[in-house]
Amino acid sequence: MRSRPYTGLVAVAAVAALTATACTAQNEEQQKPKEKAALFKPGSDISYQKYGKNYPATKVKDVPGPCSYESISRKDYSGQTLKIISHAVPVIGEPTQLHAKQFEEITGGKVEVVNVPFGELHQKILTPLQAGQPAYDVMFYPSLWIGDLAPYLAPVPEKYLETPGMKDVTKAYMDVATWNGKVVQYPVDGDRHYLKIRTDVLEDPQRQAEYRKATGKELRAPGTWAEYQEIAQVFSGKDFDGDGKKNYGSAEVTKRDDLTFSAFISRAAPYVKHPHVKGGVFFDPETMKPLINTPGFVRALEDMVKAKSTWAPGGANFGLGDEIFSFGGGQTLMSYSWDDAFVQAQQPDSRIRNKVQAAPLPGSTEVYNRATESWDKMANQAPYFTWGWTSAVAKASSHQQMAFDYLCFFGNEANTALDLTIGRFGVNPYRNAHFDPAFWEKQGWDKDVAESYTSTLSGMEKSSNRVFDLRVPGVNQYMSSLANGVAAALAGQSSPQRALDGVAKEWSAITDQIGRDKVRSAYRNVVVLEADS
Amino acid sequence: MDGLRRHKSMFLLPGLLTLFLIIIFPLLFTIRVSFSGWNVSNPQLDFIGGANYTAMLHDGRFWASITRLVLLAGGTVLIQYLIGFGMALLVWREVRGRRFWRVLFLVPMMTTPVVMAAIWQTIFHESLGPANDLLEVLGLTGIPWLTESGPALVALMTVEVWQWTPFMFLLLLAGLLSLPKEPFMAAAIDGAGTWRTFRKVTFPLMAPVSVAAVVIRLIEASKLSDSVYVLTSGGPGSSTETPGYYLYIQGLRDQQTGYSGAMSLTYLVLMIVTLTVVAALLTRAFKLKGDS
Repeated sequence: MRSRPYTGLVAVAAVAALTATACTAQNEEQQKPKEKAALFKPGSDISYQKYGKNYPATKVKDVPGPCSYESISRKDYSGQTLKIISHAVPVIGEPTQLHAKQFEEITGGKVEVVNVPFGELHQKILTPLQAGQPAYDVMFYPSLWIGDLAPYLAPVPEKYLETPGMKDVTKAYMDVATWNGKVVQYPVDGDRHYLKIRTDVLEDPQRQAEYRKATGKELRAPGTWAEYQEIAQVFSGKDFDGDGKKNYGSAEVTKRDDLTFSAFISRAAPYVKHPHVKGGVFFDPETMKPLINTPGFVRALEDMVKAKSTWAPGGANFGLGDEIFSFGGGQTLMSYSWDDAFVQAQQPDSRIRNKVQAAPLPGSTEVYNRATESWDKMANQAPYFTWGWTSAVAKASSHQQMAFDYLCFFGNEANTALDLTIGRFGVNPYRNAHFDPAFWEKQGWDKDVAESYTSTLSGMEKSSNRVFDLRVPGVNQYMSSLANGVAAALAGQSSPQRALDGVAKEWSAITDQIGRDKVRSAYRNVVVLEADS
Repeated sequence: MDGLRRHKSMFLLPGLLTLFLIIIFPLLFTIRVSFSGWNVSNPQLDFIGGANYTAMLHDGRFWASITRLVLLAGGTVLIQYLIGFGMALLVWREVRGRRFWRVLFLVPMMTTPVVMAAIWQTIFHESLGPANDLLEVLGLTGIPWLTESGPALVALMTVEVWQWTPFMFLLLLAGLLSLPKEPFMAAAIDGAGTWRTFRKVTFPLMAPVSVAAVVIRLIEASKLSDSVYVLTSGGPGSSTETPGYYLYIQGLRDQQTGYSGAMSLTYLVLMIVTLTVVAALLTRAFKLKGDS
């Protein structure tokens, strides 16, 4: 039975809201910008320096095209106001603000940006959309929320899909932006989890001998999680860089409510993503029975619990910021997560600059086959495309053209090139052009470092055994439950199997609550993504 | 006369209207929501009977958070009372720099809880924090303050005690300053010593203020969530989760609106009952002591 109490009150509110919307809504003609003289010449030098000392002196050329400074500055949006919601400063929030300011300067339109902490972002975006009130025209959010948001998003118009910048977006990230065959998210970032390791240890003959003595094996970037654990174990608690302070083996994101679910999925990927068994790693797509407590996931959680001994003090409660600081600051030998820790290590003032290497996530020597319910002995690797920031325009927005022009400008070639170099912005390679090592060498990266970075990232695009996020309605609830189970096992509150059994039970309840068919239908998009890879 | 009374009662209307809008209506609405399946993907008030309440009865995490809060609140308020009373007694007497000490004691209370928790998070940082540095100087091993269940609870209690003891101090000092002088003069004439005067005069006279202070602090402590959010995020595992924090996760982050409505109402009722009983017991206990 469906009911709405206080019908009168709701009706009055709805009439008032509709009247207000009708009075402020603009037709297509009103939305169209006026033409004005361009403020930039084609190929002008672009830099962020005038916006403060916090920005690098780097200059890039404005690349001609419909999203360039030159093209956008021909548009006059004076009299129109764009409302944007984004994450807190700096990660994605700072570039949102910066490009809003620039957009205002060159188009005359007004852009209001609201920055919201991660924990509140989902609710602040979704609630007004569900209520039918376009509180924001443009929204920046983690791309895995697409299952919740897709019904409220305006498909990206053809003319924006045809821009050179959009055509250069990698296939994986165009797929991530697509829902039921329509591109509804505007790509602005590309995120993947990968391994980072210090080469000053890896290539040091003394450390190599030490490792050989301890394990009888050659020291190299770990190819499996077992090797990762061995290396971390041997070097943890030693001052391996001679700075008088202890170093540690591994830094991982372990704080329950701080993206621990992503770290765990990275560890589980090679155990659960079987190259010959298609059809989803989180659920059986036919029955929607959760697979989260199957042996592959349990093995990964056992590994993660074992790894505790190689973490720095406090490592059992590391948030993403701690992981970035721990590896990027030189405290730990290895870490795995987003680009931030690697970019932090490569900052000009970093003491481990150009002493780091990127590599694919460790794999496994066996993989769980959910079809036969047994382990298959085989070397397996499964790159994890972990969400990444995205943006979208509300279907109910009355400033859609201005909104898409803003996003087009946000991601133009010049802005993207500069944004990629500012670690705190959280903008990471998502176009083929971003995988050019020469670009990174220009930022002062050694050739080897730049090549390891770009080849690791672009190599994931070529993999045919990838894992994507869950991306179904209620994804936050599923991931919150998973993070809670992982945290309980890490804290010793329950065994990995028991913790994940609990998660599976909760996932079933969540699926029932949201609607089995609804979740199954959305989950097909994830299965298609994995199958397409 | 009746007309005047009617006239006067009109002045209550704005207050009543405000009360209805900001308390009664949300409360009634929450009751309705608690019987609905409103969640992140279904923002509808579908009537689902008592399903949320049944689920809550089986939610071990919710009940564990309540048990934990009872221990946390009981423990911290008792410590706050003891320290706060001690500090108030010190400053009540003529001590050098009394005004300075009074202001200094109040500083923690005037700091925003989130800021306070962030500062303590730094203090308790395992490798960089001064708490472990101090232990090392003393030749002791560092403690994993925020990554093991026991120490994390101790850390949380420390922050609570640090921040809210001044509140207790303030109320109790006000109480001490308002006490009549005669009983103390009589005690002095009778030759009562400091401890006897405290036990037989000061403490019994302070009973009403003590009960009020403890109950006010218990009410405040029952809402504990901001320092949990900053300091431990409920972890490790769920070992420092309080009902307030768990409600935040369910209601705001996971948007289980119907379910969190059921939990908040249950929690509200439990707290009202518990605090009423505690207040009654304390009043009775203090009265008995006062009478003796």
